[in-house]
Amino acid sequence: MTTHKRLPKRPILWLCWIYGSAVLGAAMSDHIRHGHDRSLFLPGETSYGHHQIELACEACHTESYTDKDAMQVACESCHLDQLKLAKDDHPKTKFTDPRNAARVARLDARYCVTCHVEHRPDITLAMGLTQPVDYCFICHEQIAEDRPSHAGMAFDTCASAGCHNFHDNRALYEDFLLKHLDEPVVIKTAFDKPGANLLEVAPVMGKYPTDAYPLEQRDATNIDVADKFHEDEIIDEWLMSAHSESGVTCSACHHDSQQAWLAKPDHSVCQTCHEVEVGSFLLGKHGMRLDIERLNKNLSPMSPKHARLNMLETAHSQELSCNSCHGTHRYDVEFAATDGCLACHDDNHSRSFKSSPHFVADAAPDADWQGLTCADCHMPMTEKEFFWGEVIWTYANHNQSENFLPNEKMLRPVCMQCHGLQFAIDSLADRDLIANNFNGRPTTKIQSLELARARLELAAQAKAAADKAAAEAAALETAQ
Amino acid sequence: MKLKVIVLGALLTLAIAIPLGVQSAADKAMFTPKQMADWLHLVMSTDRAVYTKVIVNRLTKKDKVIKASEHFEDDQALALPAQMFRFGAEGVARKTEDFSYSLMSLWPINKQNAPVTDVEQTGLKFIADNPGENYYSEEELGGKQYFTAIYPDPAVAPVCVSCHNEHKDSPRNDFKIGEVMGGVVIRIPTGG
Repeated sequence: MTTHKRLPKRPILWLCWIYGSAVLGAAMSDHIRHGHDRSLFLPGETSYGHHQIELACEACHTESYTDKDAMQVACESCHLDQLKLAKDDHPKTKFTDPRNAARVARLDARYCVTCHVEHRPDITLAMGLTQPVDYCFICHEQIAEDRPSHAGMAFDTCASAGCHNFHDNRALYEDFLLKHLDEPVVIKTAFDKPGANLLEVAPVMGKYPTDAYPLEQRDATNIDVADKFHEDEIIDEWLMSAHSESGVTCSACHHDSQQAWLAKPDHSVCQTCHEVEVGSFLLGKHGMRLDIERLNKNLSPMSPKHARLNMLETAHSQELSCNSCHGTHRYDVEFAATDGCLACHDDNHSRSFKSSPHFVADAAPDADWQGLTCADCHMPMTEKEFFWGEVIWTYANHNQSENFLPNEKMLRPVCMQCHGLQFAIDSLADRDLIANNFNGRPTTKIQSLELARARLELAAQAKAAADKAAAEAAALETAQ
Repeated sequence: MKLKVIVLGALLTLAIAIPLGVQSAADKAMFTPKQMADWLHLVMSTDRAVYTKVIVNRLTKKDKVIKASEHFEDDQALALPAQMFRFGAEGVARKTEDFSYSLMSLWPINKQNAPVTDVEQTGLKFIADNPGENYYSEEELGGKQYFTAIYPDPAVAPVCVSCHNEHKDSPRNDFKIGEVMGGVVIRIPTGG
């Protein structure tokens, strides 16, 4: 009797509502699955690190929208190598150790998303951090006992530039600071640029097609499939490129696996030989939208018009590929290293580059100081080890993130090539100096080197006192 | 005919049963967590001794061709034996949670290697106070039960003593050869 009273008075309306909900759900599902505009479903703006791929939901949400373990696999598929390179001070293994269970209960650092949750612009801080900035307190509350100099320091200052990073402290650990005390502003005026060693390494790696394209100079007389090309300009550009020097002819790029003609080879063709360069490009901000394997989705190439940094209006129609910076056929790495960047980037730092002390126009070939390029700092030559270090591939790292934020990552591979550590740390902490591309001197001074010096002196005094006491005790014992 | 069927049936049964029997023996729980921990420790301590003797001491003390350093990459030197041990522990931790191990001390150079749990605190004190003896216990961490074994880690060479006594971060500087400097902690989950 009572049950009947609770039944809807108009069941037909309820049926309509259920049917409508089901149809709407199915339509939304179809919308997501079949490549329609998914931005409607974004729960919040993504961080600067992921906004390029925010519509490839499957890239991160591989299993479901709540499976943290699956999402961790997705995070690691892009970021794990970078963390290894950074000698991560807080690796996952530190927190899967059962002895740290109590710490994990307070901050579950086994998962990236504990500190880097996406779609939450309201709580997202620098470095994509979504924990309160004083989170170090959770495990290092007692730090002042080990480091009396830290007494009274607020926990929201730990990660101030030049002091500590959660992951990467390669240039900030105490013995490193001590080793580089009192260095001058400029240590040397020559920037050691190791050359790329593709020709030396690629044949050893096995994928390089040395049989079809022996490493020998080619010219216009022994170019292959030349019947496809009757444009002198293209052949001239090829003749000026490293490709002609190393025997890479037209068919190497313009033939697919079935020997059919490819009019516009894409990055996957470049990857045949330039495996590590393209691999890093696909992990960086320029190429991540093209990484179908990781994204599980086919996105259009990145375009300057979608960037969050300021870009030139004239570049908005561009789409980023290998050719957009290197040019087709000429593959001019010098152009790509600076002018290629400035063809799009239009922020203060970029606009100031050519008036900065780092830039030298038309340096004499024998001059010590040749100046720097954008790529020297943001896509530096990097060494990648294969076979446990038996093979070392030196290449231009196209993943800007690997050497960018936090900017202390740049200290060792870039800044300290020429500058003393104190000057370099201070400069990277000075936002105004960065904006004007280092035209001037830093106005801030980071205290970490002086703190390290003071602790070393205290330790030396304590040891001297202990040695003296031990010597006096020994002398007393002898006398007795 | 009947005989043939019986013989074939018996052969078939044997063919299935023998591999199953082998399989079940391989999967059978034949060893206690304590035995397993003891064997793991034997492998760890032997490997570490081999690295110390055959690599580090030979090249740094006898042949004098390279140094060993805490910052071995920056210094282009050999990793210290204790670091090799930790790298092994981290490598294992990346691959399995079936067991874990670490090197800890009541007087650690790195404060993160000080005892955290009650069992670690009690066990490290026990092995320091009772030279040559191991410490075994059980504990619950993060809602899981563990068998925990702690083995003494004595100073086996002068370099162990000099490094710990002279390190600026060492809370103790009076270690002597043969003295227990810390312990190897091995944990095996026992369910729950």
